[in-house]
Amino acid sequence: MTEKIASIPLAVNEDLIIQKRRIQNGESKTRLSLVTGTHGDELEGQYLAYMVGSYIDEHIDLLDGIVDIYPALNPMGIDSITRGIPMFDLDMNRVFPGTKRGTMVEVICSSVVDDLSGSDVCVDIHSSNIFLTEMPQIRISVPTAEMLVPYAKMLNVDFVWIHDAATVLESTLAHTLNSRGTKTLVVEMGVGMRITKEYCKQLFDGVFNLMKELGMWKGDTASVREPVISEGREVGFVNSDAAGIFVPCANFGDTVKLGDHIGDVVDPLTSAVVEKVQAVCDGMIFTLREYPVVYGGSLLARILQPAGGED
Amino acid sequence: MKKDILFSLKSPYREQLDIIGFHFGHGKKSLAIVGAMRGNEVQQMYVCSRMVQALKKLESQGRIAEDRSILVVPCVNYYSMNIGKRFWAMDNTDINRMFPGYDMGETTQRIADGVFSKLQGYEYGIQLASFYQPGIFLPHVKMMDTGFTNPEIMKDFGLEFGIIRKPRPYDTTTLNYNWQIWETKAFSVYANATDEIDVKAADEAVNAILRFMHNRGIVTAKTPPGYITEIMKEDKTKQIRSETAGLFFRVTEIGSTVERGDVLGRIYDPLDGELAAEIRTPVSGTVYFAYNSPLINAKTVCFKIIK
Repeated sequence: MTEKIASIPLAVNEDLIIQKRRIQNGESKTRLSLVTGTHGDELEGQYLAYMVGSYIDEHIDLLDGIVDIYPALNPMGIDSITRGIPMFDLDMNRVFPGTKRGTMVEVICSSVVDDLSGSDVCVDIHSSNIFLTEMPQIRISVPTAEMLVPYAKMLNVDFVWIHDAATVLESTLAHTLNSRGTKTLVVEMGVGMRITKEYCKQLFDGVFNLMKELGMWKGDTASVREPVISEGREVGFVNSDAAGIFVPCANFGDTVKLGDHIGDVVDPLTSAVVEKVQAVCDGMIFTLREYPVVYGGSLLARILQPAGGED
Repeated sequence: MKKDILFSLKSPYREQLDIIGFHFGHGKKSLAIVGAMRGNEVQQMYVCSRMVQALKKLESQGRIAEDRSILVVPCVNYYSMNIGKRFWAMDNTDINRMFPGYDMGETTQRIADGVFSKLQGYEYGIQLASFYQPGIFLPHVKMMDTGFTNPEIMKDFGLEFGIIRKPRPYDTTTLNYNWQIWETKAFSVYANATDEIDVKAADEAVNAILRFMHNRGIVTAKTPPGYITEIMKEDKTKQIRSETAGLFFRVTEIGSTVERGDVLGRIYDPLDGELAAEIRTPVSGTVYFAYNSPLINAKTVCFKIIK
């Protein structure tokens, strides 16, 4: 059953509609919500939404509970390849919780929060942006780590990044829902504007494992991997200091040592290497730049240090 | 006047970005003025360019106070301005959501850091601000209520209204907010337009800033008499939203005094021309913001009224 959870008239003969699909079977009211498409350039969640929905359709008798799928919180953004909300250039994930008495975007955010609240678990799926590729990971702020890490371990991701809380992140969907008691996990995986089938399959296995753990899924599930947890470990950021074209020579997931050569920034006009990019610490590369053009400051890689690494 | 480069950034394909600052006077850092941080803030850049002209004249006449220095930064983000984008050309991030900046961080964090390092230490800071949606404002001054700046200081601008905004989480990375955290008394001046030049409103903004500087003992300047500023909290203003969508026609002027029930605008069906809605004010007061685009969605703020 599909359902409109928000509908706002646009200027010319069209409504902006936010839709969800509810799949329900059995007696249990346990509810899992999958939400994605907050940023219009992130598409990994689109395929995952399809995969989960179609698999449950084929095996509906194995479901005992409710799965709500919200594929597109920012449908105009997806439609126009716009990360933010078209026309306003607003990042929707900085407008939550919204308000019913506010502007169009605030009203939509408020409706989304109202509809998601009360889910037993919510999985908010993102896919980096067009600039970076991310290993399948879950990001959790320190204050919610104790509550969320056990669920994050069920989702078959490679990595759980527990990061410091920041005031500006209080405007996110995840913060809003977690602060209202709805356990919400933020997934980052893949790269913007693309679908990485292997990552979607990996998270698909995790979603069904989570459902099994929640007592909502009676079917067999794949075994899930044990994620690396960032707790007690530092993340090294590799930023470009030069402008040019970044050409990596390390691969995603590689374990590197401090000072290892991981790529070059080159100048196509002068044919010079303008920066030899080196690892800033020992560890595993879990983020790698995808879009080659860089300025000083462009993020090139993130490296997870081994436990006990330097800070 | 001394013109210098506050921060530079190399580009792979364009001339180096050089953010220019104009310094006036000598000694104690008294006032920094910042214009366009987004590529469509043409009016904000224009007001700053007018301030440069005004301060050059005052300096040549010896009317900048002893031991007072002033910095004007007309345009931080001309890269975006030159290609018709609002946010940073490469990754669409907003420099005014990157403060206080980080010198080892991403590109716009580095720009924010480079500029902010030169903006710190001033007693007062003024940002020429804009709004995220198309609209025009009655020139006014606004400040974020961080508990640091005394709102009464806004009266020295002599603008009709001074508005106190309670910061929201997403405001904590703006220049204005961070200025105050680093102990600069910071204000935002709204000079009506954004992506077009409104000379009359720019005149008013320039006079307001000069009046402020005069009242604060930074310069001696003759300006037209200002208003006795009414200071109020933002939540005391009334926002009026469109409840339907279509073609928008405004029938009232910015600054007009309106009575409860007055029609401020009309929305027509864009295809058959039927009147879809009349927008009436539920309160009496002064119109200080009006939406000014022909197409309007539902739930769009189309007027703000100071009661």
